[in-house]
Amino acid sequence: QERVVTGRVTDTSGGAVVNASVIVKGGKTGTQTGTDGAFSLRVPANASTLVISSVGYGSQETAIGGGTVNVTLRAANTALSEVVVIGYGTVRKKDLTGSITTITSKDFQKGTITTPEQLISGKVAGVSIISNGGAPGSGSTIRIRGGSSLNASNDPLFVIDGVPMDNGGIAGAASPLSFINPNDIESFTILKDASAAAIYGTRASNGVILITTKRGRSDKFRVNFSSVNSLAQNSKQVEVLSAEQIRSIVAEKGTATQKSQVGTANTNWQKAIYQTALTSDNNISFTGGIKKLPYRLSLGYLNQQGVLKTDLLQRGSIAFVLNPTFLDGHLKVDLNLKTSLQKYHFADQGAIGTAVYFDPTQPIYSNNKRFGGYFEWLSADGKPNTLAARNPLAMLYDRDANSNTNRSIGNLQLDYKFHFLPQLRANLNVGYDGSLGKGSTFISDSSALAYAVGGSFSEYKQKKENKLLEFYLAYATDLKSINSRFDILAGYSYNNYLTTNYSFAGYNARGVQIGASPTFPFNRPENTLLSYFGRLNYVLDEKYLLTATIRRDGSSRFGPLNKYGTFPSLALSWRINEESFLKGSKAVSDLKLRLGYGTTGQQEGINNYDFLSVYSLSSQSASYQFGNTFYQMYRPSGYNPAIKWEETTTSNIGLDYGFLNNRITGSIDVYYKKTKDLLNSVPQTAGTNFSAYQLENVGDMNNKGVEFNINTQPIRNAAVTWDVAFNVTYNKNTITNLTKVKNDPNYLGFPAGGIGGVQGFAFLNAVGGSKNTFYLYHQVYDVTGSPIEGLFEDVNRDGIINENDKYKGKRADPNVFLGFSTNLTSGKWNAGFVVRGSFNNYVYNNVYSSNGRLNTILGAQVTGNASVNYLETKFVGNTEQQPLSDFYLQNGSFLRMDNFNVGYNFGRVANNRATLRASLGVQNVFVITKYTGLDPEISSGIDNNIYPRPRIYSLGLNLDF
Amino acid sequence: CTKKLDLVPTNDVGPGAVYSTSVGYKQAIAKVYGAMALTGNSGGAGSPDISPQIINDEGNSDFLRMYWYLQSLTTDEAGWTYHSNTDPVGIHQMNWSSVNQTVAGLYFRSYFLITLANDFIRQSSDENLSSRGITGTSADSIRKYKAEARFLRAYQYWVLMDLFANPPFVTDADPIGGPLPKQIQRKDLFTFIESELKDLETQLLAPRTNEYGRADQAAAWALLSRMYLNAQIYTGTPKYTEAITYCNKIIGAGYTLHPKYKELMLADNHLNTDEFIFTINYDGTYTQNWGGTTTLTHGPAGVPADSSGTSGNWNCIRITQQFVNLFDAQDIRGQFWTQGQNKNMTQLLDVTTDGYSSTKFRNKTRTGAPAPHMDPAKNWVDIDFPLFRLGEIYLTYAEAVLRGGTGGSNATALSYLNQLSVRARPNDPAASTYAQLTLPYIINERGRELFWECLRRTDLIRFGQFTTNAYLWAWKGGTPNGTAVDSKYNIFPIPAIDLTSNSNLVQNPGY
Repeated sequence: QERVVTGRVTDTSGGAVVNASVIVKGGKTGTQTGTDGAFSLRVPANASTLVISSVGYGSQETAIGGGTVNVTLRAANTALSEVVVIGYGTVRKKDLTGSITTITSKDFQKGTITTPEQLISGKVAGVSIISNGGAPGSGSTIRIRGGSSLNASNDPLFVIDGVPMDNGGIAGAASPLSFINPNDIESFTILKDASAAAIYGTRASNGVILITTKRGRSDKFRVNFSSVNSLAQNSKQVEVLSAEQIRSIVAEKGTATQKSQVGTANTNWQKAIYQTALTSDNNISFTGGIKKLPYRLSLGYLNQQGVLKTDLLQRGSIAFVLNPTFLDGHLKVDLNLKTSLQKYHFADQGAIGTAVYFDPTQPIYSNNKRFGGYFEWLSADGKPNTLAARNPLAMLYDRDANSNTNRSIGNLQLDYKFHFLPQLRANLNVGYDGSLGKGSTFISDSSALAYAVGGSFSEYKQKKENKLLEFYLAYATDLKSINSRFDILAGYSYNNYLTTNYSFAGYNARGVQIGASPTFPFNRPENTLLSYFGRLNYVLDEKYLLTATIRRDGSSRFGPLNKYGTFPSLALSWRINEESFLKGSKAVSDLKLRLGYGTTGQQEGINNYDFLSVYSLSSQSASYQFGNTFYQMYRPSGYNPAIKWEETTTSNIGLDYGFLNNRITGSIDVYYKKTKDLLNSVPQTAGTNFSAYQLENVGDMNNKGVEFNINTQPIRNAAVTWDVAFNVTYNKNTITNLTKVKNDPNYLGFPAGGIGGVQGFAFLNAVGGSKNTFYLYHQVYDVTGSPIEGLFEDVNRDGIINENDKYKGKRADPNVFLGFSTNLTSGKWNAGFVVRGSFNNYVYNNVYSSNGRLNTILGAQVTGNASVNYLETKFVGNTEQQPLSDFYLQNGSFLRMDNFNVGYNFGRVANNRATLRASLGVQNVFVITKYTGLDPEISSGIDNNIYPRPRIYSLGLNLDF
Repeated sequence: CTKKLDLVPTNDVGPGAVYSTSVGYKQAIAKVYGAMALTGNSGGAGSPDISPQIINDEGNSDFLRMYWYLQSLTTDEAGWTYHSNTDPVGIHQMNWSSVNQTVAGLYFRSYFLITLANDFIRQSSDENLSSRGITGTSADSIRKYKAEARFLRAYQYWVLMDLFANPPFVTDADPIGGPLPKQIQRKDLFTFIESELKDLETQLLAPRTNEYGRADQAAAWALLSRMYLNAQIYTGTPKYTEAITYCNKIIGAGYTLHPKYKELMLADNHLNTDEFIFTINYDGTYTQNWGGTTTLTHGPAGVPADSSGTSGNWNCIRITQQFVNLFDAQDIRGQFWTQGQNKNMTQLLDVTTDGYSSTKFRNKTRTGAPAPHMDPAKNWVDIDFPLFRLGEIYLTYAEAVLRGGTGGSNATALSYLNQLSVRARPNDPAASTYAQLTLPYIINERGRELFWECLRRTDLIRFGQFTTNAYLWAWKGGTPNGTAVDSKYNIFPIPAIDLTSNSNLVQNPGY
C-alpha cells in the first residue's frame, strides 16, 4: 500500500533548504525540496526511513511516522575533514601546520579563462597574479609573498598531479602553462611558507603551486559538456594626436621636407590594427567506471582570436585519468595523461607601439600595387626607407608567423599498502613532461618589411624531455595509549630536464640562404636534480601538532664546492578549540595557532654550466680573417666555480579561525622571509674574469608581510545564500646587502628596468630600498605648474645634473593588494563578481616619455605622431635626460573588477535527461585608477605599449547528462 | 648515482679541448684579435662579449666604435645626432662622468682583450705546450701567436694609458679570479709597454712576412713610435729621438704610400699592404657587426645608399665647420658629403642636416663594384681599419724632428710631408708647395690626413688644444660655438663600476 509523505526541510536557523534530496532508504524513490523547503513523496508501504541530504549540509535519516516529517539539517563541518593535497601526500585540513591555501573549482574565476593561473587570480592572500597582457594564451607574472629573488627567478614551482614543471617556456608557445586546459583542474594548493614548501627543497623559495586535475568516479556514467563563447573588445586606446593636430603642428614647426611629407588622410592606426575578437571554448568530459575502473576522459577545443588582428590561438587538449584500486584497496593506481596541441598564428606585437606613433595623416593603403598596396615610407630610390617605421597593418598582414607546439604531461603513481603491515605504504611515481615546439616566419619579397633582402623565411624548433622518478615509504600509526598519531615519510627523487634547441639558417622568400649556416645543428642544455626527503607528522591529543621536514638536493648546476644543499623545516601548531575551555563553544568553532620555520632554496635563473670554465666557438659570421682564411673563434666564458643556490629562511605565525559553526572562517598569517646568498650579477673587477659581470651569491634581502583572509556566509536560508570572501596582503621588500664587502658604502646599487627609447634605467636596486625602486630625476616646474623640459633639481648642488642627482623614490611593486569575491544564489539564479585591488604600486609611463614630444611628430626620418601629453608639456625632446624624470612616474594603484557573472540553472531539460546551466559574464568590467596610461597593471612597472587587456563578454552553457 | 650530476655542455668545450691542437690555438688567438673587430661571438649581434649592464646595445660595444667615440667624437672631427639608446651621451659635448656608458664600455672591452691575451699567454707557455705534446713547427707557430698576444695586450695597455692614464694592471701572472689588481701609474705603465714591445721586436715575425691581419715587428715599432711621440704627455720626459728611431725602422722595412688616398678605406683595402702596417679586419659575410667600419660607413648623415655601398645611412655623424675649414679646395681627403647638409653645426642633436658628413668609408671596391662579400641586407661592410699606416709614421717623423729629436733631418721630414700633400691634391699642379715644417701645419695636416682614424684626441692633447680655448669647435663644452672645458677632460675617469669593485683604485683627478 503506497502512501504520500509530506514535510519540510529547514536549516538550524529555520530557513528552508532548497533542492535537498529526499530518498527512501534502501529504495529507488526520491524527490527534491522546493523553494520553500517542502516536499511530497509517494513511498512504498514497507518504507520506514527517509534519507535527507543537501550539498553543504551532510545527510540525515529520519523515521517516517504518521504525520508530517519536519527535518532540520545541520550545516556540515566538512571543511576541516576535507583532505588537502600537500607535497608527497595528503593531509586532513585540520592537521595542517603550514601556511597553505586550497582553492577548488567552485571558487574559481569565471568566464573565458585560457590559462590555469587566471582561475585563482585575486583569490589567495599573498599571491599576486598579473597577466602579461591581452594576447591569447599569454601567461602571468605570479608572485607569492613578494618573491625571494632579485636577479634569478621569482616564479613559483608548479607541480601538476605530482609532476614538477619546467618553468622555462616552449618555443612557439605564448606561455608554458597555456597547455593545461583550465577546465580539467579540480583544485590549486598553494604552499606559501617554508614549513609547507621545504619538502620541495631548492625549488621552493618562491612558493609551490600544486595543481590537481579532475579524477574519475566510478559511480555512474556522466557526461559534461560546456561551452563558453565570448566577444572581446578594447575599452581604451592610447590617446594620441589627431591628423588635424599633426598637420597644424607640422605646418607651424616643421621644415620644408617635413611639410612635404604630411598627408591628407585621417587614419586612426590603433583602430586599424585592433578587432573585436571571438573566442569559443568547448569541452566535453566523460566519467564513469569500466568494470569498476574509474576514469575520466576530457576533450577540449579552444579557438581564441586576439584583439590584435591576425592573432589566433587554437588549442586541442585531451586529458585522461584512470584511478582504480586493486588488491582490496591495498594498491591504488593513478594514471594521468594530458596532451595538448597548440596552433598559433602570432601577430607582430611591434605593431602596437608603431600604431601609437605612426603618422595619422597617412592613409592605410597607397592606391598602388607595390608593397602589398600598403602605404609605406620610401627613400628617394623608391624603396622602403629602412630607418622609418613600417605600416602597422602591413606588419600584421605581411608577416606570417605560425607555430605548432604540443606538450604532454603524464605520470603513473602506484601506492601500495603492505598486506602484512597496512600502516606502511610504498609510493612510486614515474612521470614525464615532454614538449615539442616548432614554427616559422615568412615575409614575402614584395613586402616592405624585409624588402632589401627579398623577403625572409626563418624557422625554429625546440624539444623538451623532462623525466621524473620518485619513490617514498610512508608509515602511519596511531598509538592510542599515548594519544599520539605519527606519520613518517622518507623518499628519493630524480628529476632530469633536457632541452634540445635546433639551429637553422635564415633564408629570403625565394629560398636563398641569408647569412651563415649555424655552427652547430643543435644544443642540448640539461640539468639534473637528485634528492632525498623526509617528513614527520606528529599529533598529540588531537591538539598539538608537529611537522618536521628535510630535503637534501644535489644539482648538476653547481660545482664540486656546492653540489648539495640541505633544507630543513619545522612547524608546530595548537588546535586551541580542542582545549576544554573552547570545546563545544558555539561561537568559536575552530581556532588553530601555527608556527613555522624553515629553509628553502632557489636555483632557477642560474645557467646550467655557470660553474665551469668553457670556451664557445663563434658563429661562422663572427669569424676573424688571417691571410685569406676566416677562423671561427674560441671564446672563454666568464664563470664562477663557487656559485650556489639562493637560500631563504621563512618564519611564519598563523592563526586559523572559524566562528558560528564555521559560517565565518579564515586565517591571518604574519611572515618574515630572509634570503641570503642572493644571486646578483656583480661587476667583476676589470681583468679578473672573462665577463665584466658574473652571477655571484652576494646579496641579502627580506620580505615581511601580513596576510588576512575571511570567508563568510552572511545569508544562508532556504531562499538565498550569499557568500563573501575577502583577502588582503601587505608585503614589504627590503634589500639589505648587495656587495661582496658587506654594505660597501661606495656601491650605489645596480640599475634595472630599461626604459624604451633612451639609454637608461628606471630602477635602482639598492641597499635599504625595495627591489624595483624608481631612480629618477626630480622634475622642475614653472610657476604655472608646467614641467620645464630638461630641468631637474641639482640634488647635491654641484652644478651638474648627472647620475648623482637622481633619487630613490617609489616602488613598482605594490605593498598592499587585495581580492574580494562574492556570490549570491537565489533559487535558480546566481550572480557574483570578483574585484581585485593593488595599492602603492607606481608605473613609469614610457608611452608618454617616448612619444610625448615634438621630435616624434617631426621625426628624425619621417613625420610621426605623439601622445596627448605633448599638448600639455610642449616638450621638444632634445634633452637626453628628460625621459629619466619623475614627471613620468604615476601612481598605478587600481581597483579592477575582474569579472561579473550571472547564472541560471534550468534544471532538468530534454525530457529529464540532462541538466542545463547557463551563464552570462563580463570580464575586465572596470578599472578605477588615477593612472593616465592604458592600463596600470604592469608587472614590470614600465608601461611601454602593452597588449591591451580587452573587455570580454561571454555566454556559457553547461550540460550534464 | 652522483655521476648523474656531472653534466657538460653539448657544444662548448673546456680549455683542455681547445688547447690540445694547433688549430685550437689558432681559433683561440683569432678571438684575441677578433675581440677588437667584433662585438661578440655571433655575426651581427646575439652573443655579446661585454655584459649588457655595461653597454645595453651590443652594436655599440666593439672596440673600434667605442674607441672612435672617445678619440674622434670628442673632437672637431664629429658630432652625433641622437640621444636614444644608441647614443654616446655627452661625448662630443665633453661632459662625461665616471658612469658614462661608452667610457665604461671601452674600458671593459680593453680589459676583456687583456684578459683574453693573458689567458692565451698562459695556455701557450712552454710547459703547457710540452705537457700537451705539441712540438716542432706547431709549437713554433704557437710561440708566434703568443708574441702577438703580448703585442695585442701592449696595444690595449697603450690605449688605457692614453685614455685613462692610471689603470689597474694585470698580467698573465694573475690567474682568473685572482686578487684585486693594483693600479699602475701612467709612467710605470709606459715603462712596461716599452719593455714589452722592445722584447717583442725579436719575437714577432719580420715586417711584412706574417699573414695579413696578424701583427709583425713593424706593428710593434709603429706603436713604439706613437708612444714616444707622446712620451712628454705620458711621462713628462720627451722621447722624440726614440720616435724617429722607430719611424726609420718602419720606413726602412719597405712601406710606401698607397698612391690613391681615396682607396684607403674601401671594401678591398686589404690590398693596401704597401701602406698598411696593422689592421682590424672586417667582412660583410664572415666578420659582421654593427660597430667598427660598419658604423663609419652607415653613420655619416645624408650619404645615400648608392654612394656608401650599403643599405642606407643612419643620419648620425656630422662634422664641425671648424674641421671642414682645415681643408683647402684642392684637398680631396675630407671627402665631404655636402648635398642637403648645412656647413655649420648650428644644432648638434636631432638636426641631421647641420654639418657636412663624409664618404671616406665606402663599401665598394677600387673599380666601384659592390663589396664582394656584401650581405644581402647590405648591413655589413668589408672595409678593414688600419690601426697603423705609413701616413701617420711620416707625420710622426716630421713632428719628432721638429720637436728636437735626433736621428732624422728637416729635409727628409719635409719630403715626407710633401709626399702626403701631393697625394692629397691629385689635380693640383702646385700640390708640392703646401707642406710646411711647422707645428701648426703638422697638427692640421694630421687632422686632414688621419681624419676619423682615432688619433685626433691624442693629437689635440699633445698640442694643448683639446680642453683649452686655443682651439674651439662647435659644441665643444656643449655650446654652439664651443668653449674651453676643465682640463680634467684630458683624461677619462676610471668607470664607477670598477672603482666600487676594486678598492685598490683611486679616481683620476677632478672626477
